[in-house]
Amino acid sequence: MKKIEAIIKPFKLEEVKGALSELGIQGMTVTEVKGFGRQKGHTEIYRGSEYTVDFLPKVKIEVILSDELAEKAIDAIVQAAKTGKIGDGKVFVTVIQQAIRIRTEETGEKAV
Amino acid sequence: MKVKSLSMQYVSIFLLGIVLAISLSSRAMADDPKPDPAGIVTGMSVDAQAPNGNFALSAPADLSADDQKDADKVKAYNDAKKAFDEYTAQTKLEPLAVKLSDSVGHNRVAINFMWTLITGFLVMFMQAGFALVETGLCRAKNAGHTMSMNFMIYPLGMLGFYLCGFAFMFGGMGPISTMGGYAGLNHEITVTLFGKPFGLLGWKGFLLQGAGYDTAAFALFLFQMVFMDTTATIPTGGAAERWKFSAFMIYGAFIGTIMYPVFGNWVWGGGWLSQLGVNFPGLGHGHVDFAGSSVVHMQGGVIALIFAWLIGPRLGKYNKEGKIVHPIVPHSIPMAMLGTFILAFGWFGFNPGSSLAGTDLRIAVVAVNTMLASATGALAATLYMWWFRTKKPDPSMMCNGMLAGLVAITAPCAFVSAGGASILGAIAGIIVVESVFFFDKIGIDDPVGAISVHGVNGAWGCLALGLFADGTYGDGWNGVPGTVKGLFYGGGMGQFWAECIGVTTCFITLTILSLIVYYIAEVIVGNRATEDNEIEGLDVPEMGIPGYSGVMLDKDAETPHSVQRK
Repeated sequence: MKKIEAIIKPFKLEEVKGALSELGIQGMTVTEVKGFGRQKGHTEIYRGSEYTVDFLPKVKIEVILSDELAEKAIDAIVQAAKTGKIGDGKVFVTVIQQAIRIRTEETGEKAV
Repeated sequence: MKVKSLSMQYVSIFLLGIVLAISLSSRAMADDPKPDPAGIVTGMSVDAQAPNGNFALSAPADLSADDQKDADKVKAYNDAKKAFDEYTAQTKLEPLAVKLSDSVGHNRVAINFMWTLITGFLVMFMQAGFALVETGLCRAKNAGHTMSMNFMIYPLGMLGFYLCGFAFMFGGMGPISTMGGYAGLNHEITVTLFGKPFGLLGWKGFLLQGAGYDTAAFALFLFQMVFMDTTATIPTGGAAERWKFSAFMIYGAFIGTIMYPVFGNWVWGGGWLSQLGVNFPGLGHGHVDFAGSSVVHMQGGVIALIFAWLIGPRLGKYNKEGKIVHPIVPHSIPMAMLGTFILAFGWFGFNPGSSLAGTDLRIAVVAVNTMLASATGALAATLYMWWFRTKKPDPSMMCNGMLAGLVAITAPCAFVSAGGASILGAIAGIIVVESVFFFDKIGIDDPVGAISVHGVNGAWGCLALGLFADGTYGDGWNGVPGTVKGLFYGGGMGQFWAECIGVTTCFITLTILSLIVYYIAEVIVGNRATEDNEIEGLDVPEMGIPGYSGVMLDKDAETPHSVQRK
């Protein structure tokens, strides 16, 4: 099983969710995060003093799925989240050791 | 150094005992005017004024032994006695007219009572305005604490004023002329300097009993109390986000009882600043302040300055070299602007109400002047920020600009024209911007601009009176014949110098009083919150619950990056 973490621009969330649903992926976890990459922040002024706005708001989507779906899911996310402008985000893939559904105590791919 | 063994309860009981002892020593004496607690005999024929003077007469005051040697005074007394005797004979011929004039007098006085009370209620609502402005301009993690300070100052200040502050400030003011002429507040502690009487403090009306239990005195108390509470709530903005609530409460105990009334007596209670014009010809009408640029706003601003300076800047705002590395931005601009509007609305009570007379039609001019200055202040501050300083219109400075205009018009509002009001309001808008930058630069952290809005522009408002007063109003003000005229309208420098003396006195007096009160609080509980509590947010450590429970706060915005946690 693979875990896909995608950090995307917040307004792209609905599109990415839609693209994943079309593949049959039924669950995900979403958190509001802040971050920056090579897209640096910018300076603003409040009452005459400059301050840098480094961290920009992003959304992190975490999806756990079987290995076969992983490739298609990654493609779907990248296409849906892309705007072509700086700050589009990143996707990370890791291997998951175990997954358990709490209600039924199923394990493995049946739990995903 | 803290005196931990001092029990707060015993201290306050002791102080209460002192106040009660003082108040019992100042009861109304047999020959004092009788107070009218039920309002039955307040407002009679003598108050039924035609615009050009009274048509009902009262008996002239008896001449003292000294006065009887003065031929002019004897002649004036005889003329007045003759006129009064003729009037008395006439009243016997026209009993219905007397009854009617009693009713007219009562109605005139009733209008003035209503005006004073209702405008006082508007000023009370400004407490909400101040609370919203301060909390909106501070961070969310301190919202509960900031709101609580602004909330608690209302009852604390009021009770202090009730205990003894009102007696100190107005105990010697003499007749309450617009509300029936009750003259029982007649004991002013006076010293003689340079051969002239210098009124220092009143001493009548403690706990609003005895000489203080009169309907006019009560109306005056309410009105003056809400003005005192306006002063009282200003320093909470200067020391916000790092002031211990216990230290704030100690300050609250002193503001209504003694800090505010001293200077207030000198300007509004018949004290020496108001009598500068009578005692020293060449100083215009003495220190004139219609609604309180100096008495209310500058007093609050100076206290805020001393407290903000002594308590030190908020953690993380400055680096070691004194440069601002992390401006601390407001958590709710809607709250701050709503508060500003509430203040602007309440100011329609603050300024016009200070006539203490709905029958004084100048209130229309006062209200419009107030409004215009608020507008030019806001606009000037915004455009100045936008075009010359930061290239963006800053919402917090819009608020500060409107308030600066309002503070600046507060002293001169009854004495200037619409043009004068607009111009001095605009100047206030620019002054406030530069003042905010100045205090930031010298390392005094003022989270809401209280020092710049109230202190600096309170001074400007008084000085502006000395410049812009146009001579259309104020005949006889502070006992000096003639209308109030400033430099730009042919009044010469006299009024301006008197205002300078008043402003300087305010600064010196309140600096001294603030230092004393700050150090009293420092000794008893310490003023500054601990570093840990300040970084976490004062709501939970000081108040016990968060201001916004269940709301995820953006910790990155709440805590400056430069703060190093040990």
